[in-house]
Amino acid sequence: MADKTKFELVAPERLLASLDVDMVVVPGTEGDFGVMAGHAPVISTLRIGTIDVWNGGTVTDRIFVAGGFAEASAERVTVLADEATRLADIDKAVVGKEIESLRAKLGAATEDGERRGIAARIEIATAKLAAV
Amino acid sequence: MATLKALRMRIASVKSTQKITSAMKMVAAAKLRRAQEQAEAARPYALRMGRMLGSLAASMTAGAGAPKLLAGTGADKVHLLVVATSDRGLCGGFNSTIVRLVRSDIRKLQAEGKTVKLLCVGRKGREQLRRDYANLIVGSIDELNRKRLSFADATRVSDKVLAMFDAGEFDVCAFYYARFKSAISQVPTRLQLVPFVPSEAPANDTGASYEYEPEEGEILAALLPRNLAVQVYGGLLENGASEQGARMSAMDSATRNAGDMIKKLTLNYNRSRQASITKELIEIISGAEAV
Repeated sequence: MADKTKFELVAPERLLASLDVDMVVVPGTEGDFGVMAGHAPVISTLRIGTIDVWNGGTVTDRIFVAGGFAEASAERVTVLADEATRLADIDKAVVGKEIESLRAKLGAATEDGERRGIAARIEIATAKLAAV
Repeated sequence: MATLKALRMRIASVKSTQKITSAMKMVAAAKLRRAQEQAEAARPYALRMGRMLGSLAASMTAGAGAPKLLAGTGADKVHLLVVATSDRGLCGGFNSTIVRLVRSDIRKLQAEGKTVKLLCVGRKGREQLRRDYANLIVGSIDELNRKRLSFADATRVSDKVLAMFDAGEFDVCAFYYARFKSAISQVPTRLQLVPFVPSEAPANDTGASYEYEPEEGEILAALLPRNLAVQVYGGLLENGASEQGARMSAMDSATRNAGDMIKKLTLNYNRSRQASITKELIEIISGAEAV
């Protein structure tokens, strides 16, 4: 596998990763897909899930994303993540506490839009916990 | 002529004012650097988002199925102006220049017979606009960037705009903020949010046509609100940097003015001190001569 593809992961607040990799597996809304060099140009939305970065036949990096967009072309993959964290950086205890406090907030929230927002955040946090 | 004591007190008070302004200048400089870094860090995302959206919009040539955020509502009646200013004062003409641009645009739009609505982000702008256009203000959001502006803060603004758009409360939306040019120069800028205007970025560099997963329409429907949030976020970050820049230069000149004032007062003080000494001496000498 001589050819590498350029992988870029950006969150709204910063550029998280920019490196050359063998393959990236991206959790698309309609199923995971792997991107290697020379991939046909695709734009896809992402669901909540984990991006796997493959190098030399093994997974070298796993990154949790809470939805977003991915753009793949022959020479690069760009992922625009809504929120992204390396799996190695996720602290189970912290996320657990976050879920608890969010649940408490959900109970207290009265407005419909607010409830929906909190419920979505709980879903993200739960998925994050499950991914570790 | 003021008494010596009054002058002394005056000098002391100007000195402590100068200390405050120079400290504020220092703080603003530190905050400016941080704000600039943050704005810098947010750029890649906005850039790629724009590129993606540009190629999508190009392939979605304003067909009937195009989402309203892209194509507009077809009308041009109600304009929503989102005005970003600072929450705090003491930053020179920063807020006033933004508000001035907004005022002139309001007048222009009203002269054309359009309805104007205002959404104020930041306390200072709301206070200035309330004087003349209190009845146009439909909402305001304060205390956004107390410490560090996060993307979630920007979504608070964009969600409100989107909710109003879905409710059909406006046709055109524009965002007003100060673009950061340099620490001493900030340009009040108008950025159209709805309907979306593709940036004049170089057209699709690969020239390849993309496959879409799910369909274009669906992606676009997800991407457009996101892009709105990103644009607001970018604007707010620029605005934050501009605010600190404006404050820095305002405080710099305030410090300099205080220095000038102290010099003048000290000169005055010394003169009157000498005058009173001379007067006393003359009194003593003439008293001694009389004996």
